[in-house]
Amino acid sequence: METKQDNKIPSPIDQQVPSEVPAIELKGITKRFGSVVANNAIDLTLNKGEILSLLGENGSGKTTLMNMLSGIYYPDEGEIFVNGSKVEIRSPKDAFDLRIGMIHQHFKLVDVFTAAENIVLGLPGERGKLDKNAVAKAVREIADRYGFEIDPNQKVYDMSVSQKQTVEIVKVLYRGADILILDEPTAVLTPQETDKLFAVMKNMKKDGKAIIIITHKLHEVLAVSDRVAVLRKGQYIGDVPTSQASQQSLTDMMVGHAVSLNIDRPMADSLKERLRVEHLTVKNKEGVKKLSDVSFTAYGGEILGIAGIAGSGQKELLESIAGIQHVEEGGNITYIDPQGKGIHLEGMDPLDIIRKGILLSFVPEDRFGMGLVGGMNITQNVMLRSYRKGAGPMLDQQTPRKLADKIVNDLEVVTPDINRTPLRRLSGGNVQKVLVGREIEQSPTVLMTAYAVRGLDINTSYTIYNLLTQQKMQGVAVIYVGEDLDVLLELCDRILVLCGGQVSGIVDGRSITKEQVGLMMTKVGGGE
Amino acid sequence: MNGFVSFLTSLPSLFQSGVIFGTVILFGALGEILTEKSGNLNLGVPGIMYLGGIAGLASTFYYENLLCHRLNIAPNPVLCIIICLAATFLAAACGGLIYSFLTISLRTNQNVTGLTLTIFGSGIGNFFGGSLNTLAGGVGQVNVKVTSELFRAFSTDLVKTVDGWTAKLGFGLGTMLFSYGFLTYFAILLAIFLWWFFKKTRYGLSLRAVGENTATADAAGINVTKYKYLATCIGAGVSGFGGTYYVMNYIKGTWENQGTIEALGWLAVALVIFATWKPLRAIWGSYLFGMLYWAFFYIGGLTRSSQELFKMLPYVVTIFVLLFVALRKRKEDQPPMSLGLPYFREER
Repeated sequence: METKQDNKIPSPIDQQVPSEVPAIELKGITKRFGSVVANNAIDLTLNKGEILSLLGENGSGKTTLMNMLSGIYYPDEGEIFVNGSKVEIRSPKDAFDLRIGMIHQHFKLVDVFTAAENIVLGLPGERGKLDKNAVAKAVREIADRYGFEIDPNQKVYDMSVSQKQTVEIVKVLYRGADILILDEPTAVLTPQETDKLFAVMKNMKKDGKAIIIITHKLHEVLAVSDRVAVLRKGQYIGDVPTSQASQQSLTDMMVGHAVSLNIDRPMADSLKERLRVEHLTVKNKEGVKKLSDVSFTAYGGEILGIAGIAGSGQKELLESIAGIQHVEEGGNITYIDPQGKGIHLEGMDPLDIIRKGILLSFVPEDRFGMGLVGGMNITQNVMLRSYRKGAGPMLDQQTPRKLADKIVNDLEVVTPDINRTPLRRLSGGNVQKVLVGREIEQSPTVLMTAYAVRGLDINTSYTIYNLLTQQKMQGVAVIYVGEDLDVLLELCDRILVLCGGQVSGIVDGRSITKEQVGLMMTKVGGGE
Repeated sequence: MNGFVSFLTSLPSLFQSGVIFGTVILFGALGEILTEKSGNLNLGVPGIMYLGGIAGLASTFYYENLLCHRLNIAPNPVLCIIICLAATFLAAACGGLIYSFLTISLRTNQNVTGLTLTIFGSGIGNFFGGSLNTLAGGVGQVNVKVTSELFRAFSTDLVKTVDGWTAKLGFGLGTMLFSYGFLTYFAILLAIFLWWFFKKTRYGLSLRAVGENTATADAAGINVTKYKYLATCIGAGVSGFGGTYYVMNYIKGTWENQGTIEALGWLAVALVIFATWKPLRAIWGSYLFGMLYWAFFYIGGLTRSSQELFKMLPYVVTIFVLLFVALRKRKEDQPPMSLGLPYFREER
């Protein structure tokens, strides 16, 4: 990964004169999910024989926009032109008919089928006959033409991630696609596999195909594309020829200029060491490192922000502290209790942590998956934290009910009935208030939150910011994983920046600029 | 010792009983395999077999006993069979259609819907079965003698010839293999056809994709709803033949309400698991189940209560198959991955 790159890489392509009609033209595309606007009046063009990078932070609406081209979603407003004529793309089949093929981030393959079976899936063929030899031959031809390595008779469940991706691309080409959309294709690849993919993409470009690649890795953008289009928070920011772009200029476009949010950020009187993480390494099921040698200390009386592009290891970091992730040998997580005694958390599961009386609270990213039970009411959800307490087989209903009342009053949770309405019926903001309220009521020493304001409106977000600041002033060590840099910069005392599972720096939240954090997230200017 | 010898000598007879019940189970299981390949877990198989059975019986009763009797003509053999099979298939497919509409279009819980259908089907079957008995008058037992005999007809020449060849063995191979009605052999052909359809055609590939990974199939341009509806309705129609086979071949064109069809229907659901969703494995599996069902009858010295223990055998075998498959972890032996899951496209 440590390739030294100049900020400006001149693109080797000839300047093409766009005399032809563009392969794709989007005009004023808008898509909403409930009250959230995922794409707002987006205009975008893609020319034939061009590789366009679609750049943007997570949640900026890149995938949503592309899903409208592949027929997964249908736009609420706006027009789509393919090869100059206006089209309606209502289903994936419509997209195929227009020769648009999308390679999704999560592969759409049938595990128990062979590569060849996946490739011909859904095609009519000759009188419904399935001639596996003929398909295998055609697949090999495509592979030879563009430089893929593929075994048509291999079952998908036996394949590596890179091989599965190859099947996806060949599948799209086999269907005669001229316009290819790749959604973060390199996120799962090793650097060598990425180089191979880029070589293949350039071969396809020479063949006249138009390609959109969604990514947030800047060096890849500069290495492979002809032009870059940038999205930010659902808005189209602009495009620039890659030859005139640098990592710095692209970062500026991607993160935008700092917006003042006026979040109150008082200084605590004293800082106390509460959590010490040393040389933490975490591998996922496939044995890929998700966190590598992460070390930091969290202090009571400060909010430690964690910034990074989605999937840089934030989830693994919090989960290994909470005892859900397996930590590799050599890593230490030390919790320092109010008496100043250190307790090692590595190797403990959540029940051990509770039994040891460790005051650790965790507001997970996945509210209903890990934090709350949607079918139960507020009192019952509060009870999840306390039902083990007390003697005898009967549940103590009174204490949780009082606590639930307190949370509802203090945080102004809007609910028809505390003891009746299941949580799933409440709005996202109210659900989050219940979760954060419950965790705060445990009077934690360390409070970890993951994307605590995701999907919430402005007012609720500020309620949550104020709650976290209150906790900080009471001497709690708050860890805040966030995605909005503006918020991180105004809320947090220190910011730890993650990039690809490594710490690219821990900086002072009051003096750092948005651009600097943005660059560290993409590994430039980071390192210490 | 004596008991064991008599058990051995009764094996050919056990095999014959096994084939009759096995065929009922095989039809049920083949339909259910087709259904489950589309990702729909239809636990309404017993009910659907009731629907098929009563429709087959009622339609032939109207043709043979009422219409032909009134016109004073002899029933046309071809018409007898066509009317019976068509009515069976249509009624059973209607059961599948109810299930499809509820689970695919309205996205209700598949288990609950299937179980409800089972109760509904057995209720309908026994209600109209009782009505037919009343309509039949006389001894109060409906009987479609002509049609039933057509269903059970076989070539005595062939059986005798083969029996002659194997006379030295002490039992008649011809009787064992060729003394059944035509639907018995149709079931085997149907299993082979389904195997061919799943493995060798693009439609089969698409259907399997729908059941394995619905979102992938959808993204590949396959009409998921259409495949699910067709597979479930046709599957139900096929299962329905099981009911008619029982009515025509085993109880000889009459109706009984002892719940045997339901018992065999659950065995059909178990057989789908036993056969690991493979039609060819279901053929011998069904005969094995049929024989296990009747084993208690051929083992001497059983009391009424210990008989019941032996009736558990098919289910016990199914549990062992589940254990074996779980331990072996072969991807090809697993149920379709999307089995039982509703599908929404615009889910975020």
